Amino acid sequence: MEFLLEVEGLKKSFGGVAALREGRFQLRAGTVHALCGGNGAGKSTFLKILMGIFKRDAGSIRRRGKDVEFASPADALASGIAIIEQELSPVPHMTVAENIYLGREPSARFGGIDFRAMNRSAQKLLDDLEFDIRATQYMMNLSVAQMQLVEIAKALSHDAEVIFMDEPTSAIGEREAQHLFAAIRRLQAQGRGIVYVSHRLSEIFQIADSYTVFRDGAYVGSGALADIDRPNLIRMIVGRELSEEYIKTNTPTLETVLEVTALTCPNKIEDISFCARKGEIFGIYGLMGAGRTEIFNCLFGLDKPSAGSIKLDGAEVSISRSADAMALGLALVTEDRKLTGLNLSDSVRANICMASLPEMSPAFAMDRPREAQASRDMREKFQIKAARDTMPVSGLSGGNQQKVVLAKWFLRNPKVLLLDEPTRGVDVGAKREIYRIISDFAAAGGTVVMISSEIDEVLGMSDRIMVMRAGKSAGIYSREETDAQSLVHLST
Amino acid sequence: MSVGNNKNAKGWLGSEQRRLLIQEYGIFFAFLILVAVLSVSNEFFLTAGNISNVLLQTSINGVLAIGMTFVILTRGIDLSVGSVVALAGLVSASFVTTSATAGISGAPYPVVVGLGIGLLVGVACGAVSGVIVSRFSVPAFVATLGMLSAARGLTLIYGGGRPVPALTPAFRWIGTGDVLGIPAPVVILAVVFAVSWWILNRTRFGRYIYAVGGNPHAARTSGINITRIQFVVYVVSGGLAGLAGMLLSARTGSALPQAGIAYELDAIAAVVIGGTSLSGGVGRVTGTLIGALIIGVMNNGLDLMGIQSYYQQVLKGALIVGAVMLDQKRNYGA
Repeated sequence: MEFLLEVEGLKKSFGGVAALREGRFQLRAGTVHALCGGNGAGKSTFLKILMGIFKRDAGSIRRRGKDVEFASPADALASGIAIIEQELSPVPHMTVAENIYLGREPSARFGGIDFRAMNRSAQKLLDDLEFDIRATQYMMNLSVAQMQLVEIAKALSHDAEVIFMDEPTSAIGEREAQHLFAAIRRLQAQGRGIVYVSHRLSEIFQIADSYTVFRDGAYVGSGALADIDRPNLIRMIVGRELSEEYIKTNTPTLETVLEVTALTCPNKIEDISFCARKGEIFGIYGLMGAGRTEIFNCLFGLDKPSAGSIKLDGAEVSISRSADAMALGLALVTEDRKLTGLNLSDSVRANICMASLPEMSPAFAMDRPREAQASRDMREKFQIKAARDTMPVSGLSGGNQQKVVLAKWFLRNPKVLLLDEPTRGVDVGAKREIYRIISDFAAAGGTVVMISSEIDEVLGMSDRIMVMRAGKSAGIYSREETDAQSLVHLST
Repeated sequence: MSVGNNKNAKGWLGSEQRRLLIQEYGIFFAFLILVAVLSVSNEFFLTAGNISNVLLQTSINGVLAIGMTFVILTRGIDLSVGSVVALAGLVSASFVTTSATAGISGAPYPVVVGLGIGLLVGVACGAVSGVIVSRFSVPAFVATLGMLSAARGLTLIYGGGRPVPALTPAFRWIGTGDVLGIPAPVVILAVVFAVSWWILNRTRFGRYIYAVGGNPHAARTSGINITRIQFVVYVVSGGLAGLAGMLLSARTGSALPQAGIAYELDAIAAVVIGGTSLSGGVGRVTGTLIGALIIGVMNNGLDLMGIQSYYQQVLKGALIVGAVMLDQKRNYGA
């Protein structure tokens, strides 16, 4: 049996440190193959070699039985391998068709571009895939999920037979993800091979039929997903026994800490009311763009609500800047750590201390021993793996970076913790540690409000769940009275 | 991802340490090499008189470049410093001149009044730029380009296009005097450097500047008032430009309305050569000082070798671009 893609003994090291020691992978036609592994397992390096970005040190890559050598992404594309990267790079001021045919536009007379032919073939491509997107739309007017679909169309316009998707759902909601899965199934039916890279195990079980696991830069195992269950797959990925994925030790009290009444921000959220109690983890579930983050922005003084009230411990408060919210004991772990959580050009220590600078400089000058001590305490408490705390935070893995963001806020001893997608892009092992931190915080009498678009996470961690739909609340449910199906149903 | 290959390292340092050393102190080594080459090729270069001369010539650009460092660290730029040098120099001069026609009524005033006025003019110009950038979100390039033109125009209006001569000896001291044999402008540069180093490396305000420049969104979410920080850095830059303007007129003995033209370019060059990133959040004021010294030493050395100033400009251009190319390679290459 001939494989679409067969990789053996792939090796790559950077300056003496092996990023990939033994990459092995086999892809059959008409399958969706999940590539699993924690952060640092070597998945990205593997993908970059197959894309022609990195040169391999050793090993073989065979396309349909023939040895291939890629010197550039163009070579990989020419041999029928396309990769949809995690971070999309659309040109926002160009149309969908222009994006799809960027760099290989059909030419017209006098060296111009034959826009009509380009739009026609782009539209045909989109229609064949049953994507509801017009080729003449501007990229900037599309949702993230739609851009993702355009990337897929672009990959297919190269007539790629092997399509890699790196965390394709990390930026899109449940409904868009289902849309994407439908597209994947159509590609599968056409006999193409899809390699699906994701941290979200529920998705893997839903869409993929076989799997390969990498750990610490080496192949661990592979097989059919029908023959393995979730705990066993997790065990392969993390290499140790995980008793339970979600740790929950808190018991909510009846004492209301945060009370939000009729919060409204024009065109973003409308009439949002909820309360979160001492010791409670209050979940907010909803699709991207349903107004989840906007609630936090209003609570934290990053956006101005036009109506509504916020009460803390029964007293009405006014929050116009994030410093106000912080003075009241609120802390906000934002959705995108690279965009709004971390100062990537600075050190681990500086990032941990970033939200506590006034406290650490009573007389204007920084109390440097105190900074060092705070950083040491937090690194120990959250088990942040960094060689030194003066190294740039950009050098840490995703999970450790996320722990730095958490540490930054825990250093302030918050009363109410607002968490926006706290485990996005974090591997299974680090996820568990983050769940433990959240759970311990609530168990110690803290109040947590957590936004998540991962159904399992919301159901696994929250005591009560508010479902958001199109900027409005679609109801608040206790964890016992709801399940995955009804959450999806309510949110769409 | 870049980790040194210690196995293959030769000599007394691993390549990792070597890389770090070059990264941190590369600019300093470059400066030492430049000095070594010049002192070998010209016996006059390392004499006390010439060293003092180089430092004196560096002092004005050094003060401007340090102010520019504050601004560039927050992802901004201040193109107006050359014009502010002229405005502050001229306005302060009009308070301390003995000339009956060029001064304002009652002049000469005590030197403290002149200095205070000069600083005030600089701070006011910086405050206007700062408000426009931070409150009205006008790109710094545009806002300070406007100030570059406006401050020059105000200088010409204020003095009727004429210079202000005959400054009092007390005022001239800051440009021509000395402290224990060290020229006063060099002492002033040293003080400005020391205070700036302390602010940027040891205080809350310094941490704020790096945070705002590194990631304004994260800084805002962390409770930092980014509008205020952005405002204050332009005030610092403007104030130091005012100081530089007074140093210049005190040294030459009269204030000229066309003083300081293109000074902003040398200041930006010193910051860039010193390794501060124009995209903000990364850089050291020590690097800026060395950057200013490199420009000063190079001009002086080329003068000593009898190379025309026209060629000097070409070399300076190559140096600026070369420094940034090395920086790019170090950050994104390998």
